[in-house]
Amino acid sequence: MSGKGLIEPEVAERVLARALSHGGDFAEVFAERTEGMTMAIDESRVESVQAGSGEGAGVRVVSGGTTYFAHVDGLDPAELERAASEAAAALRSGSVAPRALEAVATTPHSIERPPSGVPARDKASLLRQLDQRGRAAGPEIAQFMASYAEVRREVTVANSDGLLAGDDRTRVRIGAQAVARRDGSVETGAETLGGHRGFELFEGNPGEIAESAARKALVLLDAGPAPAGSMPVVVGGGFGGVLFHEMTGHGLEADHVQKGASVYADRLGDQLAQPLLTAYDDGRMPNEWGSDAIDDEGTPTQKTILIEEGRLASFLYDRLTARRDGAEPTGNGRRESFRHLPVPRMTNTYIAPGEVDPQAMIADVDRGFYAASFGGGQVDPATGDFVFGVSEGYLIEGGKVTRPCRGATLIGNCVEALAAIDAVGDDFEMKTGVCGKAGQKVPVGTGQGHVRIRAMTVGGTEL
Amino acid sequence: MIAEARGAVEQALAAGASDAEAYASEDRGREVRAHGGEVESLTAATKRGLGIRAWVGTRAGYAYGTDLSDAGIRALGARAAEMAQVADEDEFAGPPVPVRLMDPGGSKGAPELSDPSVVAWSTAQIAELALAVERAALAGDERVAGVEQAVYADSAETVAVVSSTGIEGEYERSSCHAYVQALAEGEDGRETGFGFGLGRGPKALDPAAIGREGAERAAAMIGAGKPGSRTCPVVLDPTVAASFVAIVGRGLGAGAVQRGRSPFAGRVGDSIGGGVLAVHDDGLDPAGPGSAPFDGEGIPQRRTPLLEGGTLRGYLYDTYTARRDRVASTGNGGRSGYRSQPSVSFSNLIVAPGDLAFEGLLREAGDGVLVTDVAGLHSGVNPVSGVFSVGATGRAIRGGELAEPLREFTIASDLVSMLGAVVACGDSPRWVPFGGSVSTPPLLVGEMTIAGS
Repeated sequence: MSGKGLIEPEVAERVLARALSHGGDFAEVFAERTEGMTMAIDESRVESVQAGSGEGAGVRVVSGGTTYFAHVDGLDPAELERAASEAAAALRSGSVAPRALEAVATTPHSIERPPSGVPARDKASLLRQLDQRGRAAGPEIAQFMASYAEVRREVTVANSDGLLAGDDRTRVRIGAQAVARRDGSVETGAETLGGHRGFELFEGNPGEIAESAARKALVLLDAGPAPAGSMPVVVGGGFGGVLFHEMTGHGLEADHVQKGASVYADRLGDQLAQPLLTAYDDGRMPNEWGSDAIDDEGTPTQKTILIEEGRLASFLYDRLTARRDGAEPTGNGRRESFRHLPVPRMTNTYIAPGEVDPQAMIADVDRGFYAASFGGGQVDPATGDFVFGVSEGYLIEGGKVTRPCRGATLIGNCVEALAAIDAVGDDFEMKTGVCGKAGQKVPVGTGQGHVRIRAMTVGGTEL
Repeated sequence: MIAEARGAVEQALAAGASDAEAYASEDRGREVRAHGGEVESLTAATKRGLGIRAWVGTRAGYAYGTDLSDAGIRALGARAAEMAQVADEDEFAGPPVPVRLMDPGGSKGAPELSDPSVVAWSTAQIAELALAVERAALAGDERVAGVEQAVYADSAETVAVVSSTGIEGEYERSSCHAYVQALAEGEDGRETGFGFGLGRGPKALDPAAIGREGAERAAAMIGAGKPGSRTCPVVLDPTVAASFVAIVGRGLGAGAVQRGRSPFAGRVGDSIGGGVLAVHDDGLDPAGPGSAPFDGEGIPQRRTPLLEGGTLRGYLYDTYTARRDRVASTGNGGRSGYRSQPSVSFSNLIVAPGDLAFEGLLREAGDGVLVTDVAGLHSGVNPVSGVFSVGATGRAIRGGELAEPLREFTIASDLVSMLGAVVACGDSPRWVPFGGSVSTPPLLVGEMTIAGS
């Protein structure tokens, strides 16, 4: 266990016993303490400087197919027991005894420079540095904003199967957004850098994200309208991985699968993509944005192969969905906070590097679209329909990337698009994202090299 | 909560702040998720917290937390003052000044915001409501094969705002909503349909109507194909229209305008709404989910015209942006809770209904597309330039009547052009709570580009 847990084992045992006092198959207490700071720079002024803290716990009891959940602010033992009673209030059976707790050793991701120990003025200086770099990109940069965020999240989880585990997670992230203007046109560009790391993440060249955001906005000043219609699409590396995240990752989360609300239900073992495609979810990647030592149910994170040479290899499980399928949990039971129930979620999801040179991939396309970067995406796992907003896109004409395009969206259906991936690049990059599901946001990593889809609908305005 | 808020202001001043403001809230909430005729989860919880804004001269800082003991509040006050020291000076920064509540809401008076049924209904009753929504969805159409989930959630909150400049207020408000995601089985796969309802208490919800809406929307999509790419008239149903109106409403916030990040900057007095659009914000509408006697800074909420006969009348302001433009706050300093500082946000954005029934709108459209759902709004709309392209599903309109279902296409335009192209408003508005509280009828846009096959 990492340092001292947030609640004493004796307290946890009492809470679990109380939770099972009217029966139930499983009980859990999840305690959390968070401490964070955010600030921003806008109009070259450091503002919105904010510090926040909170602690609390959630107690759940599972009985048959029903979960009873209560949460409280604070970690006062009496309040935790009250939450346990509240969770158990609707149950009517006799009491069940939880197993004695046994602490599991975990190794949190190492943090070299805890951000709480870095003076706030150093964080403000970092923002000023980003501001200068962004504005220096050219006189057409009309607006520039940057943000800084740090959070330390300590968790302790104990359950009636006897598990007691903890984690200590520190994340930092900076973001830059530039607005470029020329005559009547306005364009924006954005970039982020983050990790499950301390302030050491910014020792390299953090100003690079400011330049990158500014460059994207400036490039788009020369953009024409995006094409409309079906054509080959080459997707850029890094945040391009949001494509796989939406297209396939969500549909592999076992809760969707078990409700028949996934196009991948009953497809395990099927050849859904060409053999050139292999993809993973890996919550262990050292210091990566979506990594943790354990998930929010105490299961150690792991590397799960999702697509193995085109074959569907595994779903993503939390404890409840794993039990239902008679499978092992995959360490994907995540929750936004103690105020939320865990559900199967991705961690760091990526397409493994392939063998094709990205330049060659583009050279093969006569008329197509190059989606260098996305703003985000969305999928309905039940129908498989997805959509991605392109933040930086170009036409491909005669095997060459030509003019930039504004306002493009990619749209399609998961199963068709997955089968249509016909090239995976030999480059690779990971990017940070924030994924929303069931009203809960969690940090996720997405990654890939360049990937080509044989045909996809580009939704622009130029017919 | 007002005692905690008062104490917090004192602590921030004691820690060296020249002015301070505290926002405290307590929220009791419940949620039921139903699936397969059983309760899947039942959540009960209380959330309490407090946020302090501290000013040291013209520097502002913020701190929030959940420890409301004397020691906890003292630490928060000191932390807020400490954060202010890190910020740069800003001549417009400063605490809100009280506006006398002489006649809150004008002749209407402050609306009733609490429904006793939120507290009175037992856990068993709200569980039954969620189950009834699921049953109604399953019974709504024979092609409905299942329900992904049926959800009921409610909240009863107390909010207090106190400032060193003499603002002091507290109110209680309740709300609830229920929704369902129905699954219909077609020959070539499953379709989903969303149904929802909202009110101040469970008594106001109609589980049968919510379930039926989900079922009908899912079943209507069976057999959907891609439309051909073209430019044509587009009817936006109220849920879709509300999504766009909400984005427009954010662009009409003075914060975005002043910082050059709104397509509506410098357009006051211009005709941008195609002559037929009338939009206002009303923070006191009795039915509005965003109604409250005062905003997140303690300034009374009110009615503010935005578009009249298509002409842009003005913007929405909080204290900071009002000071910068030398006008008065419109009571739009919104907060999403104690963890967030106030920023300009609409309360209840209301599009005035027109006089065409839904069938009339379709007839007017002639040959076009009805859009019933959009996806990818957070990545497909550029709020600075107003340019958008989003995924859509809906129905073809042929000869003024609904025809085959359509999926996997995009609609693209920019916000200013789209508003200018609105040629008719339907006569039946609906409250839509996603992405802010909006009431709008269906809208007919004369021309938009759709991309499909």
